Amino acid sequence: MHIDIDKDVCIGAGQCALTAPDVFTQDDDGYSALLPGHEDGGGSPLVREAARACPVSAITVSETVS
Amino acid sequence: MTETTAPVAFPQSRTCPYQPPAAYDPLRGERPLTRITLFDGREAWLVSGHATARALLADPRLSSNRSRPGFPAPTRRFAGITNRRTALLGVDDPEHRAQRRMVVGDFTLKRAVELRPRIQQIVDERLDAMIAQGPPADLVSAFALPVPSMVICALLGVPYADHDFFETQSRRLLRGPETADVEDARDRLEAYFGELIDRKQQDPGTGLLDDLVHRQLREGALDREGLIALALILLVAGHETTANMISLGTFTLLQHPERLAELRADPRLLPAAVEELMRMLSIADGLLRLAVEDIEVAGTTIRKGDGVVFATSVINRDETVYPEPDTLDWSRPARHHVAFGFGIHQCLGQNLARAELEIALHSLFDRLPTLRLAAPAEEIPFKPGDTIQGMLELPVTW
Repeated sequence: MHIDIDKDVCIGAGQCALTAPDVFTQDDDGYSALLPGHEDGGGSPLVREAARACPVSAITVSETVS
Repeated sequence: MTETTAPVAFPQSRTCPYQPPAAYDPLRGERPLTRITLFDGREAWLVSGHATARALLADPRLSSNRSRPGFPAPTRRFAGITNRRTALLGVDDPEHRAQRRMVVGDFTLKRAVELRPRIQQIVDERLDAMIAQGPPADLVSAFALPVPSMVICALLGVPYADHDFFETQSRRLLRGPETADVEDARDRLEAYFGELIDRKQQDPGTGLLDDLVHRQLREGALDREGLIALALILLVAGHETTANMISLGTFTLLQHPERLAELRADPRLLPAAVEELMRMLSIADGLLRLAVEDIEVAGTTIRKGDGVVFATSVINRDETVYPEPDTLDWSRPARHHVAFGFGIHQCLGQNLARAELEIALHSLFDRLPTLRLAAPAEEIPFKPGDTIQGMLELPVTW
């Protein structure tokens, strides 16, 4: 699984970190970031839920590693 | 869609404080959007469907800039103050984004977790004081209002000693009977923040406002007027909304003893319960936008210049997303509700609000297991439909 976060779009709402805390966090500026070691989603079923919860569609999830 | 009846008037007052007005029932049958009439007779679009609401709230062709000519107004009071400078929720990108960037680091999930011990301390102190003086008590003035007020003061670096002043002026700003009251409240709050900013320039503290004074103001990213507008929004939005959720959430739980018993038996249900209460209560029930381009949606065209209103109480009861939407149910996935809005303006303080609600509701019912209403439920006053929904008073005993 490949997860892409568009930091130019992210507003720091924290919905990804709330929904899938094992994969997403917020950096010191408040913007979405992937937890080290979990960049591929770690098989979490919540990654797509996190992408859907994002109010500005800043998260893109694709199956193939690009 | 057949136009046989006049559009529903919006906003209207609720008859039960946790249910949408019965007068909105026709809106549910007209998903995903229909026409409404505003106070001045002007028609606008009312968005009632969940998927359409999410798409439109994220659509940059809908402006939040209240100073734009033709911006829809739900009340005469609102119409009278659209010329005032505002911040965050009343401006569009890129201005909005620049403002949000200055403050978002203080409203992260991590920051809300760090603040939990402080919130717990504030909640415990307020409960100690309420218990020492009662029973009975008015839960709004003894608990629901002071808790978020003290939390946002601590975060911003506003002296809580001034709470009578800013709570009164916030109330006038949001619910003043006349435009003149709203203007006057706004003047007083702006003057207050002007003086506070001047003091902070001389004698810096450790709050978010101190950071803004010493970084953004000094570096020129914000001017004094811009900082005042930002501070005002953060303080007002930071205490009024959460206070309403605590008072109305408590009332709703007391009216649903089985749900309350489930919550008491298993506090791990709390996060889900807070989301479901957010969905069910939808206290910000009428988000406003202005179309700045034509938008094709759901087989209809929203024209440039049209006003668009999002009735969150109706959207959050879309039965295609939430089966049996009028039933309070901790086991339903309530997430994806739009009670905090959606798109770039989604509530900045939502992580803090969730933490406050979890701690406040849990501690209240934990400390006072016999808490109950001290007046007949139907006699307890709540807020009119043209403002943020919540209880005006909540007489309780234990």
